[in-house]
Amino acid sequence: MGFACVYIADFLVQAVVRGQRALREGPLALLGGAPPLWSVVAANPAAFEAGIQLGMTKAQVAQFGNVQICMRSEVQEKAAHAALLDAAWSVSPRVEDAALDTIVLDLQGLASLFGSDENIARELAQRVAAIGLAARVAVAENIEVAIHAARGFTGITIIPPGEERQRLGALPVGVLTTEVETLEIVERWGVETLQALAALPVLQLSERLGQEGVRLSELARGVRQRSLVLAQASSRFAEEMELDDAVEELEPLSFLLGRLLDQLCARLEARALAVRAVRIRFELQPSFEKDFQTLKEDVRTKPSAKQYEKMLTLPVPMRNGKTLLKLLRLQLQSNPPAAPIQKIYMTADAAAPRVAQNGLFVPCGPDPEKLEVTIARLGKLVGEGNLGCAELVDSHRPESFRMKRFVVANEQNKRRGKCESKLKETSKSRATMTGFRVMRPAQAVRVEMREEQPARVYWRGMRGEVVAASGPWRSSGDWWQEDAWHQHEWDLAIAFPAAQKGNAQKRGEWPEQGLYRIYYDELRQEWFLRGMYD
Amino acid sequence: MAASSLATLRSKIEADLRGRVASPFAYRDRNTFELVSTGIPEMDALVGGLPRGAMTEICGAACSGRTSLLLSALASRTADGEVCALVDARDSFDPLTGNAAGIALEKLLWVRCQNIDQALRAMDLLIQAGGFGMVAVDLSDVPTRTVRQVPLNAWFRFRRAVEDTPTILLMIEQESNAKTCASLVLRLEMGEARWAAASESSNFYPFAKLLRGFSVRSDLVRSRIQVPEQQVIDIRVRAQPKTVVQQSTGREMFATETIWRSR
Repeated sequence: MGFACVYIADFLVQAVVRGQRALREGPLALLGGAPPLWSVVAANPAAFEAGIQLGMTKAQVAQFGNVQICMRSEVQEKAAHAALLDAAWSVSPRVEDAALDTIVLDLQGLASLFGSDENIARELAQRVAAIGLAARVAVAENIEVAIHAARGFTGITIIPPGEERQRLGALPVGVLTTEVETLEIVERWGVETLQALAALPVLQLSERLGQEGVRLSELARGVRQRSLVLAQASSRFAEEMELDDAVEELEPLSFLLGRLLDQLCARLEARALAVRAVRIRFELQPSFEKDFQTLKEDVRTKPSAKQYEKMLTLPVPMRNGKTLLKLLRLQLQSNPPAAPIQKIYMTADAAAPRVAQNGLFVPCGPDPEKLEVTIARLGKLVGEGNLGCAELVDSHRPESFRMKRFVVANEQNKRRGKCESKLKETSKSRATMTGFRVMRPAQAVRVEMREEQPARVYWRGMRGEVVAASGPWRSSGDWWQEDAWHQHEWDLAIAFPAAQKGNAQKRGEWPEQGLYRIYYDELRQEWFLRGMYD
Repeated sequence: MAASSLATLRSKIEADLRGRVASPFAYRDRNTFELVSTGIPEMDALVGGLPRGAMTEICGAACSGRTSLLLSALASRTADGEVCALVDARDSFDPLTGNAAGIALEKLLWVRCQNIDQALRAMDLLIQAGGFGMVAVDLSDVPTRTVRQVPLNAWFRFRRAVEDTPTILLMIEQESNAKTCASLVLRLEMGEARWAAASESSNFYPFAKLLRGFSVRSDLVRSRIQVPEQQVIDIRVRAQPKTVVQQSTGREMFATETIWRSR
C-alpha cells in the first residue's frame, strides 16, 4: 500500500518519560508556562483518570498526592522527535516530518524487505519502541487518511483501498482540524463524526466555511490527495538532559551518561551508523561564594553558567554503549568537572560502521573496542604521553622519535602482506641485532681521558676501567635553534673491579665487563651515559 | 545407580558451566604448547621456540643479550602480522634499535612505566584485553630485591590468565622470579665482545674501530614444554620434546650484530 503514519500520543509526556524511565509508572502531569504561572499542559491517561485537567495550576496538582509533577522539556521533545525521525529513516528513505508527533513514510518498494503492510507496521512500531516511545501506526493508500487513522485509532491500523470513508467515519471531527472556530461551527450543526461531515453537501459547505469546508469534506471522505514533503536526514545526533538536582558524584552521573549514550546508539543503529567521536558538555552549577556578586544596590544577579567540555575520539567507529560509557568514565575520572552538573549535552559524530572481514590466514588481533578501553585504562595508569607506538623522526638527533596513538590497522595487513612476508624471510636470514637499552634521562658520569680516549669512568660511586673503546663519533645539529646538540659518542667496554661493586655483583646484576655508550656534550661540557648494549 | 547419578551430576555441571568452560571434564595436557620462532636459529634449536599461552623468563645480568633476544622475538612476531605489547618497566626501549632489528613499530604497543607496580598492572590489563601475539615485560633494570617482593600468587594469576590464549608472555629479568609458573626459563651470559677496525684509516686514527657485537651464551634452566608431534622436526632435536622438566640440559651460543644505521 501507499503510506504509513506513525503518531505518538501524548508526545509531550512520552518525551519526558523517554529521558526518565522511572516516570513510566503512575500518573504524571507536565507543567508549562512562565513561572510562577505554571499550569498543566499535558498529562498521561492515568493522571486524567485521577482527576487532573489541563490548565490546572501547580498548587492544584499538588493536592493530588499520587500524581508526579514534571516540567515540560523542549529539549527532550526535540531529542525525541529526532529519534522518531531516525527510526522512520531506518525503515524507509522517504519520510515526511508532518508534525512534532507525526511522521509519514512512503512504503513503496518495502514489501520485498519486510513483507506485508502489517509486517511493516509492526516493524515500525518495534523500532519506535526501541527508542523509548509508544507509537500508533496506520497504513493507507492516502497520506491524509493514514495520518487521521493514526491519530484516531490506537495500535496498528490497516485501511484497505476503498474503505477509507467507512473506516474513518467513526472518528470525531476534532482529528481533522484544531481550529476552534471551525470546530464550534460544526458542533453547532450537530455534526460530531467524520461520517456525518462527509454526508454534508460540498457546495453548501463551501458557502458556509469557504475552502476550509471543502478541505474538511474531502478529508472526511478520504479522497484528498497530496504529495509527500520529504524531510532531509540530519547528520547531527544530539541528546540533552536537564537535571532538577545537580549531580556531583561520578557514579550517578554514569547512569545519566549511559542512558544518553544508549539513546544515541539506538538512533545511530536505526540509521546504520556508528560513533566516531563523542562530545559532552556539562553546564555546571555556579557556587554562591565565588560566582554570585552582591551589587551596591544589594541586587543579586545570576552569573552565566560555567561549562565543562570533553571530547572522546575513537580510533574505529563503534556503537556499543557500554564501551563508550567506560571510555567516558575513564576520561572523566582523569579530569573531573570542578562543580556539580546541571545540564548535559551530548553529541555524536557519525561514521560508517567498521567492517571486519578477517582472512583465514591473517593473525587475530585485539578487539578494537576492548583495546580502546584497555588503552584508556593504561593511559590513566602511566599517563597519556607514555603510551602508544613509537614513530621515528627523520633526524640524526639522538632519541628522535615521537609517540603516536596506537591503532590496530587491520586494513594494512592485507596491503602489506607481501612486504611483511619479505621482511619475515630477511629477518630469518640476517644476524641478530645487538640490543641497546637507553637510560632516560642520560646519567652524568665522570671520565678520565688518556691519549685522547676514555681510560676510566666513574659512575654511581664505582670506578670502571675502560678495556676497549670505539669513537669518537661526532654529531651535531639544529645549531640554528635553541635546542641545538653537539655530541661525541664512544662505545666502551668497561670492567668494574669486583671489590667496588659489592653486593650488586654478588647478586649478578652487574657483569665484570659490560658494553656501554657514553657521550660528551660539547654544549654542556659534561659526560653522560646514554645506555648499554644488551 | 551410582553411575547414573554420576552421569547426571556431570551433565548438570557441564550445563552450568556452558559458555564459560568448553569441556570441564576433558583431560587437558597443560605442557603442550604451540611454539613460535624466537628469530634466532640457535635459540630455536635449543628450546624449540617460544610457547604460546605460557610464561617464558629470560634472565641474565646487564649486557648479557636479553634485549637482543627480546628485540628479535618482537621482530619475528610483528613480521608475522601479530600485534605485540611491550611493558617497559624503566622506559629503556630504544625505538631506533627496535626498528633496525625489524620490529614493525606500528604493531607494537609500547607502555612506558616508571616502576614495577605500574608494569605489573599494565601487564595484567594487556593480558586481560587479549588478542596480543606477545606481551613482553621488561623488568631488567628493576632491582632484583624489588622483583622478589612480587608475591608468588601474582605470577600464578598471570600464568592462569595467559593460559589457553595465543599470547606469549615473555619476561626479561635479572633472575627468575616466577618459579614454577614459568614454562620456559633461559639464562643468558655475555661472551666475548667483537671489535673491528672500521677501515685502513685506523692507522691514522687508532680508535677508529667498530663494536661489531658480542656473543651470548644461553642456558636452558627449565622447560616444561612438550612439543606436539606435528612440530617435531629434525632441527629441534636439542629441545628433547618428550621431556617434561629439564634442568640445565642445554647450552647454546649466538652472536649479535651491532647496528650502525643510527650513525
